[in-house]
Amino acid sequence: MSKMTLKTEGDTHVIVTRHFAAPPEAVYRAHTDPKLIQKWLLGPEGWTMPVCINEAKPGGKFRYEWTNAKGQGFHITGEYLELQLYSKLVHIERMHLPDATPDNRVETRFDADGNGTLMTMRMTLPDAQTRAGMLATGMQRGMEASYVRLEGMI
Amino acid sequence: MHDLDGAFSALADPTRRAILARLAKGEATVNELAEPFEMTQPAISQHLKVLEAAGLIVRRVDGTKRPRRLAKAGVEAMDQWLGALRKALEKNYDRLDEVLGGMEKHKKGEKR
Repeated sequence: MSKMTLKTEGDTHVIVTRHFAAPPEAVYRAHTDPKLIQKWLLGPEGWTMPVCINEAKPGGKFRYEWTNAKGQGFHITGEYLELQLYSKLVHIERMHLPDATPDNRVETRFDADGNGTLMTMRMTLPDAQTRAGMLATGMQRGMEASYVRLEGMI
Repeated sequence: MHDLDGAFSALADPTRRAILARLAKGEATVNELAEPFEMTQPAISQHLKVLEAAGLIVRRVDGTKRPRRLAKAGVEAMDQWLGALRKALEKNYDRLDEVLGGMEKHKKGEKR
């Protein structure tokens, strides 16, 4: 069952929604506590996050570093603009590949939904080209993961 | 069926992906495409040739101009990018489900 939705909106937005069977407090903590973030924010199979810094306060910085078994890696840095405890996070982030991508403004809401939480993440990119570039980066990761699996079969 | 290998290697270059991203917004001339990349026209033309050979873009004749636009395979590539991001995110959130399940158990254990 696919519980997630992902869609583009206008020229510059990407909207992601996902339901979780846990209260907003827990989902919020899993997004701000480095020890919890390191367990799930990993992307395709084979990647780990050895460095996870997250200062969950207005103006606080975060830094996530990913690596895989082949020694490839990249990182994201960002700053918090606004936090409403257990309900909303607003931050800007950029990916370093190693050159920094243009800033992505991300607003994440955690709304009570039945016994669980509806998370709504709204990304705002500076322009359509940057958004396409971000989506293309996702594709590249996906392709790398496919290649790794392919190597395993040969 | 178009050349999948050609499309894959054509997409391996970040400039060519950026060109596709620009063309996703609409048709553009070589000059318009060269501008944001600080590249010479011949360098851009070389990239366009690779994208054309891979069947990702097509050209139109408009007087002396040859504007390029996305071919069907190029549009499909853009859709695939969205699909790959979706997959990576879905994997993350499946893992998060497990993390949240673990937190709940931990909490209940503390209360007892």
